[in-house]
Amino acid sequence: MAEAFKFELVSPERLLVSEQVESVVIPGAEGEMTVMAQHAPVMTTIKPGVVTIKTAGGKEERFVVFGGFADILPSGCTLLAESATHVNDIDRADLARRIQEAKEDAADAKDDESRSKAEQFLSQLTTLEGALLPA
Amino acid sequence: MASLKDLRNRIASVKATQKITKAMQMVAAAKLRRAQEAAEAARPYSERMGAVLANITQAIGGGGDAPALMTGTGRDDVHLLIVCTAERGLCGGFNSQIARLARDHIRRLLADGKQVKIICVGKKGYDILRREYASMILERVDLREVKTLGFANADAIARKVIHLFNEGGFDICTLFYSQFKSVISQVPTAQQIIPAAAGSTAPEATSGGNAVYEYEPEPGEILSDLIPRNIAVQIFRALLENAAGEMGAKMSAMDNATRNAGDMINKLSITYNRQRQAQITKELIEIISGAEAL
Repeated sequence: MAEAFKFELVSPERLLVSEQVESVVIPGAEGEMTVMAQHAPVMTTIKPGVVTIKTAGGKEERFVVFGGFADILPSGCTLLAESATHVNDIDRADLARRIQEAKEDAADAKDDESRSKAEQFLSQLTTLEGALLPA
Repeated sequence: MASLKDLRNRIASVKATQKITKAMQMVAAAKLRRAQEAAEAARPYSERMGAVLANITQAIGGGGDAPALMTGTGRDDVHLLIVCTAERGLCGGFNSQIARLARDHIRRLLADGKQVKIICVGKKGYDILRREYASMILERVDLREVKTLGFANADAIARKVIHLFNEGGFDICTLFYSQFKSVISQVPTAQQIIPAAAGSTAPEATSGGNAVYEYEPEPGEILSDLIPRNIAVQIFRALLENAAGEMGAKMSAMDNATRNAGDMINKLSITYNRQRQAQITKELIEIISGAEAL
Protein backbone atom coordinates (compact mmCIF):
# COMPACT_ATOMS: atom_id res chain seq x y z
CA MET A 1 0.00 0.00 0.00
CA ALA A 2 1.22 3.42 -0.92
CA GLU A 3 2.15 5.93 1.71
CA ALA A 4 -0.67 8.25 2.70
CA PHE A 5 -0.51 12.03 2.86
CA LYS A 6 -2.77 14.83 3.88
CA PHE A 7 -5.04 16.26 1.23
CA GLU A 8 -7.32 19.27 1.59
CA LEU A 9 -9.87 20.54 -0.87
CA VAL A 10 -11.02 24.03 0.01
CA SER A 11 -13.57 26.22 -1.70
CA PRO A 12 -14.29 29.80 -0.63
CA GLU A 13 -17.48 28.64 1.05
CA ARG A 14 -16.11 25.71 3.00
CA LEU A 15 -13.58 22.98 3.55
CA LEU A 16 -14.78 20.03 1.48
CA VAL A 17 -12.18 17.37 2.11
CA SER A 18 -9.49 17.08 4.71
CA GLU A 19 -8.16 13.56 5.06
CA GLN A 20 -5.33 11.11 4.51
CA VAL A 21 -5.17 9.97 0.91
CA GLU A 22 -2.99 7.75 -1.22
CA SER A 23 -3.11 9.68 -4.43
CA VAL A 24 -4.89 12.60 -6.02
CA VAL A 25 -5.31 13.33 -9.72
CA ILE A 26 -5.30 17.08 -10.34
CA PRO A 27 -6.34 18.70 -13.61
CA GLY A 28 -3.36 21.06 -13.81
CA ALA A 29 -3.33 23.96 -16.24
CA GLU A 30 -0.52 22.28 -18.16
CA GLY A 31 -1.81 18.74 -18.01
CA GLU A 32 -3.18 16.31 -15.49
CA MET A 33 -0.93 15.13 -12.74
CA THR A 34 -1.13 12.48 -10.08
CA VAL A 35 0.13 13.55 -6.72
CA MET A 36 1.38 10.99 -4.25
CA ALA A 37 3.22 11.27 -0.96
CA GLN A 38 6.67 12.89 -1.07
CA HIS A 39 5.87 14.84 -4.20
CA ALA A 40 8.26 17.68 -5.00
CA PRO A 41 6.89 21.10 -4.07
CA VAL A 42 4.84 22.40 -6.95
CA MET A 43 2.41 25.21 -7.28
CA THR A 44 0.07 25.08 -10.23
CA THR A 45 -3.12 26.60 -11.43
CA ILE A 46 -5.86 24.16 -12.32
CA LYS A 47 -8.35 24.17 -15.12
CA PRO A 48 -12.00 23.09 -14.86
CA GLY A 49 -12.00 19.33 -14.52
CA VAL A 50 -12.39 16.36 -12.26
CA VAL A 51 -10.26 15.75 -9.19
CA THR A 52 -10.00 12.07 -8.34
CA ILE A 53 -9.04 11.18 -4.81
CA LYS A 54 -8.00 7.76 -3.65
CA THR A 55 -8.36 7.71 0.10
CA ALA A 56 -6.11 5.78 2.46
CA GLY A 57 -8.90 3.25 2.82
CA GLY A 58 -8.81 2.58 -0.92
CA LYS A 59 -12.07 4.37 -1.68
CA GLU A 60 -12.27 6.58 -4.72
CA GLU A 61 -14.01 9.92 -4.74
CA ARG A 62 -14.44 12.41 -7.51
CA PHE A 63 -15.00 16.14 -7.34
CA VAL A 64 -15.68 18.63 -10.08
CA VAL A 65 -13.72 21.85 -9.76
CA PHE A 66 -13.93 25.04 -11.76
CA GLY A 67 -10.50 26.59 -11.76
CA GLY A 68 -8.29 27.42 -8.84
CA PHE A 69 -4.80 26.36 -7.88
CA ALA A 70 -2.97 23.63 -6.02
CA ASP A 71 -0.19 23.91 -3.50
CA ILE A 72 1.73 20.66 -3.37
CA LEU A 73 4.33 19.84 -0.74
CA PRO A 74 6.05 16.60 0.20
CA SER A 75 3.96 16.49 3.36
CA GLY A 76 0.61 17.30 1.85
CA CYS A 77 -1.45 18.91 -0.83
CA THR A 78 -3.91 21.78 -0.66
CA LEU A 79 -6.28 22.47 -3.48
CA LEU A 80 -7.91 25.88 -3.49
CA ALA A 81 -10.82 25.60 -5.87
CA GLU A 82 -12.90 28.50 -7.06
CA SER A 83 -15.88 26.26 -6.71
CA ALA A 84 -16.02 22.54 -6.08
CA THR A 85 -18.81 19.99 -6.02
CA HIS A 86 -18.96 16.28 -5.47
CA VAL A 87 -19.47 14.49 -8.75
CA ASN A 88 -22.80 13.10 -7.55
CA ASP A 89 -24.15 16.55 -6.71
CA ILE A 90 -23.16 18.27 -9.91
CA ASP A 91 -25.91 20.40 -11.30
CA ARG A 92 -26.15 20.10 -15.05
CA ALA A 93 -28.11 23.32 -15.39
CA ASP A 94 -25.35 25.14 -13.56
CA LEU A 95 -22.74 23.68 -15.87
CA ALA A 96 -24.79 24.67 -18.89
CA ARG A 97 -25.05 28.19 -17.49
CA ARG A 98 -21.29 28.41 -17.05
CA ILE A 99 -20.76 27.25 -20.61
CA GLN A 100 -23.22 29.85 -21.83
CA GLU A 101 -21.35 32.54 -19.89
CA ALA A 102 -18.03 31.38 -21.27
CA LYS A 103 -19.46 31.57 -24.78
CA GLU A 104 -20.58 35.13 -24.18
CA ASP A 105 -17.17 36.01 -22.78
CA ALA A 106 -15.51 34.59 -25.86
CA ALA A 107 -17.85 36.56 -28.09
CA ASP A 108 -17.32 39.79 -26.13
CA ALA A 109 -13.55 39.55 -25.94
CA LYS A 110 -11.93 42.67 -27.34
CA ASP A 111 -8.36 41.64 -28.09
CA ASP A 112 -6.90 38.38 -29.30
CA GLU A 113 -5.28 37.47 -26.04
CA SER A 114 -8.43 37.62 -23.95
CA ARG A 115 -10.39 35.92 -26.72
CA SER A 116 -8.02 32.98 -26.89
CA LYS A 117 -8.12 32.77 -23.11
CA ALA A 118 -11.92 32.75 -23.08
CA GLU A 119 -12.06 30.18 -25.85
CA GLN A 120 -9.62 27.98 -24.03
CA PHE A 121 -11.77 28.17 -20.93
CA LEU A 122 -14.84 27.34 -22.99
CA SER A 123 -13.23 24.29 -24.53
CA GLN A 124 -12.14 23.11 -21.10
CA LEU A 125 -15.72 23.44 -19.90
CA THR A 126 -17.17 21.55 -22.84
CA THR A 127 -14.61 18.79 -22.40
CA LEU A 128 -15.64 18.59 -18.79
CA GLU A 129 -19.29 18.37 -19.77
CA GLY A 130 -18.48 15.61 -22.22
CA ALA A 131 -16.60 13.72 -19.55
CA LEU A 132 -19.43 14.05 -17.06
CA LEU A 133 -22.45 13.26 -19.18
CA PRO A 134 -22.14 9.50 -19.28
CA ALA A 135 -21.29 9.43 -15.58
CA MET B 1 -54.65 62.08 33.11
CA ALA B 2 -55.22 59.18 30.74
CA SER B 3 -58.32 57.17 31.39
CA LEU B 4 -58.21 53.52 32.44
CA LYS B 5 -59.22 52.44 28.98
CA ASP B 6 -56.41 54.44 27.37
CA LEU B 7 -53.90 52.85 29.70
CA ARG B 8 -55.21 49.38 28.91
CA ASN B 9 -54.78 50.06 25.21
CA ARG B 10 -51.27 51.39 25.68
CA ILE B 11 -50.26 48.30 27.62
CA ALA B 12 -51.73 46.01 24.98
CA SER B 13 -49.89 47.79 22.19
CA VAL B 14 -46.54 47.78 23.99
CA LYS B 15 -47.03 44.09 24.66
CA ALA B 16 -47.58 43.47 20.97
CA THR B 17 -44.42 45.41 20.13
CA GLN B 18 -42.49 43.42 22.67
CA LYS B 19 -43.64 40.20 21.06
CA ILE B 20 -42.37 41.41 17.71
CA THR B 21 -38.97 42.52 18.99
CA LYS B 22 -38.64 39.27 20.89
CA ALA B 23 -39.34 37.29 17.74
CA MET B 24 -36.88 39.39 15.76
CA GLN B 25 -34.24 38.79 18.38
CA MET B 26 -34.73 35.05 18.14
CA VAL B 27 -34.62 35.11 14.36
CA ALA B 28 -31.42 37.16 14.49
CA ALA B 29 -29.90 34.70 16.95
CA ALA B 30 -30.62 31.78 14.65
CA LYS B 31 -29.31 33.66 11.62
CA LEU B 32 -26.25 34.78 13.55
CA ARG B 33 -25.30 31.19 14.21
CA ARG B 34 -25.56 30.37 10.54
CA ALA B 35 -23.64 33.48 9.50
CA GLN B 36 -20.92 32.69 12.00
CA GLU B 37 -20.62 29.17 10.68
CA ALA B 38 -20.35 30.49 7.15
CA ALA B 39 -17.66 32.94 8.19
CA GLU B 40 -15.73 30.18 9.92
CA ALA B 41 -16.10 27.81 6.99
CA ALA B 42 -14.62 30.43 4.69
CA ARG B 43 -11.62 31.04 6.89
CA PRO B 44 -9.40 28.13 5.73
CA TYR B 45 -9.58 29.33 2.15
CA SER B 46 -8.53 32.89 2.86
CA GLU B 47 -5.79 31.72 5.22
CA ARG B 48 -4.34 29.34 2.64
CA MET B 49 -4.68 32.02 0.03
CA GLY B 50 -2.66 34.39 2.19
CA ALA B 51 0.05 31.78 2.74
CA VAL B 52 0.29 30.90 -0.94
CA LEU B 53 0.36 34.53 -1.90
CA ALA B 54 3.16 35.20 0.56
CA ASN B 55 5.10 32.25 -0.82
CA ILE B 56 4.77 33.37 -4.35
CA THR B 57 5.59 37.01 -3.73
CA GLN B 58 8.70 35.83 -1.98
CA ALA B 59 9.60 33.77 -5.02
CA ILE B 60 9.14 36.69 -7.35
CA GLY B 61 10.85 38.98 -4.93
CA GLY B 62 8.96 42.08 -6.00
CA GLY B 63 10.41 41.82 -9.49
CA GLY B 64 9.20 43.91 -12.36
CA ASP B 65 6.69 41.32 -13.51
CA ALA B 66 4.37 41.75 -10.54
CA PRO B 67 0.93 42.71 -11.88
CA ALA B 68 -0.35 46.25 -11.53
CA LEU B 69 -3.13 45.12 -9.20
CA MET B 70 -0.46 44.42 -6.65
CA THR B 71 1.90 47.32 -7.14
CA GLY B 72 -0.73 49.92 -7.92
CA THR B 73 -0.59 52.57 -10.60
CA GLY B 74 1.95 54.64 -8.74
CA ARG B 75 -0.51 57.49 -8.26
CA ASP B 76 -3.11 58.14 -5.62
CA ASP B 77 -5.41 60.64 -7.26
CA VAL B 78 -8.59 58.68 -7.65
CA HIS B 79 -9.89 56.62 -4.77
CA LEU B 80 -12.52 53.95 -5.01
CA LEU B 81 -14.42 53.14 -1.84
CA ILE B 82 -16.41 49.95 -1.54
CA VAL B 83 -18.80 50.47 1.33
CA CYS B 84 -20.39 47.26 2.55
CA THR B 85 -23.39 47.62 4.81
CA ALA B 86 -26.50 45.64 5.62
CA GLU B 87 -29.62 45.52 3.51
CA ARG B 88 -31.93 46.02 6.44
CA GLY B 89 -32.10 48.37 9.36
CA LEU B 90 -33.16 47.80 12.96
CA CYS B 91 -29.70 46.71 13.94
CA GLY B 92 -28.55 49.50 16.21
CA GLY B 93 -25.65 51.62 15.08
CA PHE B 94 -24.27 48.97 12.76
CA ASN B 95 -24.89 50.67 9.43
CA SER B 96 -24.32 54.23 10.58
CA GLN B 97 -20.97 53.28 12.11
CA ILE B 98 -19.68 51.94 8.81
CA ALA B 99 -21.12 54.90 6.94
CA ARG B 100 -19.54 57.33 9.39
CA LEU B 101 -16.13 55.77 8.94
CA ALA B 102 -16.54 55.97 5.19
CA ARG B 103 -17.74 59.57 5.40
CA ASP B 104 -14.77 60.65 7.50
CA HIS B 105 -12.51 59.01 4.97
CA ILE B 106 -14.24 60.74 2.07
CA ARG B 107 -13.98 64.14 3.77
CA ARG B 108 -10.28 63.63 4.36
CA LEU B 109 -9.71 62.61 0.75
CA LEU B 110 -11.72 65.51 -0.60
CA ALA B 111 -9.85 67.94 1.63
CA ASP B 112 -6.63 66.62 0.11
CA GLY B 113 -8.01 67.33 -3.33
CA LYS B 114 -8.44 63.70 -4.35
CA GLN B 115 -11.21 62.36 -6.48
CA VAL B 116 -13.55 59.88 -4.84
CA LYS B 117 -15.74 57.17 -6.33
CA ILE B 118 -18.03 54.96 -4.32
CA ILE B 119 -19.54 51.56 -4.80
CA CYS B 120 -22.23 50.75 -2.27
CA VAL B 121 -22.94 47.20 -1.31
CA GLY B 122 -26.14 47.06 0.66
CA LYS B 123 -29.08 49.41 0.73
CA LYS B 124 -28.52 51.12 4.05
CA GLY B 125 -25.10 52.50 3.32
CA TYR B 126 -26.39 53.78 0.01
CA ASP B 127 -29.28 55.55 1.71
CA ILE B 128 -26.93 57.29 4.12
CA LEU B 129 -24.19 58.25 1.66
CA ARG B 130 -26.62 59.27 -1.07
CA ARG B 131 -27.62 62.37 0.86
CA GLU B 132 -24.19 63.94 0.66
CA TYR B 133 -22.27 62.18 -2.06
CA ALA B 134 -24.87 61.09 -4.59
CA SER B 135 -22.75 62.24 -7.52
CA MET B 136 -19.82 60.07 -6.49
CA ILE B 137 -21.72 56.83 -6.21
CA LEU B 138 -20.91 54.76 -9.25
CA GLU B 139 -22.95 51.81 -8.44
CA ARG B 140 -25.12 50.12 -5.90
CA VAL B 141 -24.91 46.38 -5.46
CA ASP B 142 -28.15 44.92 -4.25
CA LEU B 143 -27.93 41.72 -2.26
CA ARG B 144 -31.45 41.80 -0.90
CA GLU B 145 -32.64 38.80 -2.83
CA VAL B 146 -29.60 36.77 -1.87
CA LYS B 147 -30.56 34.22 0.76
CA THR B 148 -27.17 32.71 1.42
CA LEU B 149 -24.09 34.66 0.46
CA GLY B 150 -22.10 32.77 -2.10
CA PHE B 151 -18.65 33.32 -3.44
CA ALA B 152 -20.27 34.19 -6.76
CA ASN B 153 -21.71 37.37 -5.22
CA ALA B 154 -18.29 38.53 -4.11
CA ASP B 155 -16.73 37.47 -7.38
CA ALA B 156 -19.18 39.61 -9.34
CA ILE B 157 -18.23 42.68 -7.30
CA ALA B 158 -14.53 41.90 -7.61
CA ARG B 159 -14.86 41.56 -11.34
CA LYS B 160 -16.46 44.97 -11.63
CA VAL B 161 -13.72 46.50 -9.51
CA ILE B 162 -10.93 44.88 -11.51
CA HIS B 163 -12.55 45.87 -14.77
CA LEU B 164 -12.70 49.45 -13.56
CA PHE B 165 -9.09 49.31 -12.46
CA ASN B 166 -7.93 48.00 -15.82
CA GLU B 167 -9.72 50.87 -17.50
CA GLY B 168 -7.82 53.25 -15.27
CA GLY B 169 -10.93 54.22 -13.32
CA PHE B 170 -9.11 54.56 -10.01
CA ASP B 171 -5.74 54.21 -8.33
CA ILE B 172 -6.48 53.04 -4.85
CA CYS B 173 -9.33 50.89 -3.65
CA THR B 174 -10.43 50.67 -0.04
CA LEU B 175 -12.97 48.28 1.38
CA PHE B 176 -15.23 49.40 4.24
CA TYR B 177 -16.92 46.78 6.33
CA SER B 178 -17.52 45.79 9.89
CA GLN B 179 -15.23 43.34 11.52
CA PHE B 180 -17.01 40.75 13.59
CA LYS B 181 -15.29 40.69 16.97
CA SER B 182 -18.09 39.18 19.01
CA VAL B 183 -21.85 39.25 19.22
CA ILE B 184 -21.82 42.57 21.04
CA SER B 185 -18.84 44.17 19.34
CA GLN B 186 -18.45 44.94 15.67
CA VAL B 187 -15.60 47.15 14.63
CA PRO B 188 -16.01 49.20 11.45
CA THR B 189 -12.85 48.73 9.42
CA ALA B 190 -11.22 50.21 6.35
CA GLN B 191 -8.99 47.91 4.40
CA GLN B 192 -6.98 48.81 1.34
CA ILE B 193 -7.21 46.06 -1.25
CA ILE B 194 -5.73 47.63 -4.39
CA PRO B 195 -2.79 47.90 -4.39
CA ALA B 196 -2.50 45.14 -1.83
CA ALA B 197 -1.41 46.81 1.37
CA ALA B 198 1.98 45.63 2.52
CA GLY B 199 0.58 44.33 5.77
CA SER B 200 -2.24 42.31 4.36
CA THR B 201 -0.09 39.49 3.04
CA ALA B 202 1.99 39.46 6.18
CA PRO B 203 1.33 35.86 7.28
CA GLU B 204 4.72 34.40 6.57
CA ALA B 205 5.21 31.56 4.16
CA THR B 206 4.65 28.96 6.81
CA SER B 207 3.36 25.91 5.03
CA GLY B 208 6.26 25.69 2.65
CA GLY B 209 9.04 26.59 5.00
CA ASN B 210 11.92 27.27 2.67
CA ALA B 211 10.83 24.74 0.11
CA VAL B 212 11.84 25.60 -3.41
CA TYR B 213 8.69 25.46 -5.44
CA GLU B 214 8.32 24.51 -8.99
CA TYR B 215 5.81 26.70 -10.69
CA GLU B 216 3.53 25.60 -13.40
CA PRO B 217 2.96 27.87 -15.32
CA GLU B 218 5.41 30.70 -14.52
CA PRO B 219 5.11 32.47 -11.12
CA GLY B 220 4.14 35.71 -12.80
CA GLU B 221 1.33 34.01 -14.61
CA ILE B 222 0.06 32.30 -11.49
CA LEU B 223 0.25 35.59 -9.66
CA SER B 224 -1.77 37.42 -12.27
CA ASP B 225 -4.39 34.72 -11.83
CA LEU B 226 -4.13 34.74 -8.09
CA ILE B 227 -4.39 38.45 -7.33
CA PRO B 228 -7.86 38.98 -8.80
CA ARG B 229 -9.02 35.91 -6.96
CA ASN B 230 -7.53 37.24 -3.77
CA ILE B 231 -9.51 40.45 -4.17
CA ALA B 232 -12.69 38.42 -4.56
CA VAL B 233 -11.77 36.47 -1.45
CA GLN B 234 -11.20 39.67 0.54
CA ILE B 235 -14.57 41.01 -0.53
CA PHE B 236 -16.22 37.70 0.24
CA ARG B 237 -14.71 37.70 3.69
CA ALA B 238 -15.88 41.27 4.27
CA LEU B 239 -19.41 40.34 3.21
CA LEU B 240 -19.48 37.34 5.50
CA GLU B 241 -18.12 39.31 8.45
CA ASN B 242 -20.71 41.95 7.74
CA ALA B 243 -23.50 39.39 7.65
CA ALA B 244 -22.43 37.98 11.00
CA GLY B 245 -21.96 41.46 12.45
CA GLU B 246 -25.35 42.62 11.25
CA MET B 247 -27.07 39.72 12.93
CA GLY B 248 -25.08 40.25 16.12
CA ALA B 249 -25.97 43.94 16.17
CA LYS B 250 -29.59 43.19 15.41
CA MET B 251 -29.75 40.64 18.16
CA SER B 252 -28.44 43.01 20.81
CA ALA B 253 -30.57 45.89 19.49
CA MET B 254 -33.69 43.74 19.66
CA ASP B 255 -32.72 42.46 23.07
CA ASN B 256 -32.55 46.05 24.27
CA ALA B 257 -35.87 46.85 22.65
CA THR B 258 -37.50 43.87 24.33
CA ARG B 259 -36.14 44.95 27.69
CA ASN B 260 -37.28 48.53 27.17
CA ALA B 261 -40.73 47.33 26.27
CA GLY B 262 -40.76 45.26 29.47
CA ASP B 263 -39.83 48.31 31.54
CA MET B 264 -42.52 50.34 29.87
CA ILE B 265 -45.15 47.68 30.53
CA ASN B 266 -44.16 47.63 34.19
CA LYS B 267 -44.45 51.39 34.53
CA LEU B 268 -47.75 51.52 32.71
CA SER B 269 -49.15 48.67 34.82
CA ILE B 270 -48.26 50.50 38.03
CA THR B 271 -49.99 53.67 36.83
CA TYR B 272 -52.95 51.61 35.71
CA ASN B 273 -53.26 49.83 39.06
CA ARG B 274 -52.89 53.05 41.03
CA GLN B 275 -55.53 54.74 39.04
CA ARG B 276 -57.90 51.82 39.35
CA GLN B 277 -57.35 51.78 43.11
CA ALA B 278 -57.95 55.52 43.28
CA GLN B 279 -61.22 55.11 41.46
CA ILE B 280 -62.36 52.32 43.78
CA THR B 281 -61.48 54.41 46.82
CA LYS B 282 -63.36 57.35 45.39
CA GLU B 283 -66.47 55.25 44.82
CA LEU B 284 -66.27 53.84 48.34
CA ILE B 285 -65.99 57.31 49.83
CA GLU B 286 -69.01 58.38 47.88
CA ILE B 287 -71.06 55.39 49.11
CA ILE B 288 -69.97 55.76 52.72
CA SER B 289 -70.52 59.47 52.88
CA GLY B 290 -73.87 58.96 51.20
CA ALA B 291 -74.82 56.38 53.87
CA GLU B 292 -73.64 58.68 56.70
CA ALA B 293 -75.78 61.52 55.43
CA LEU B 294 -78.91 59.45 55.95
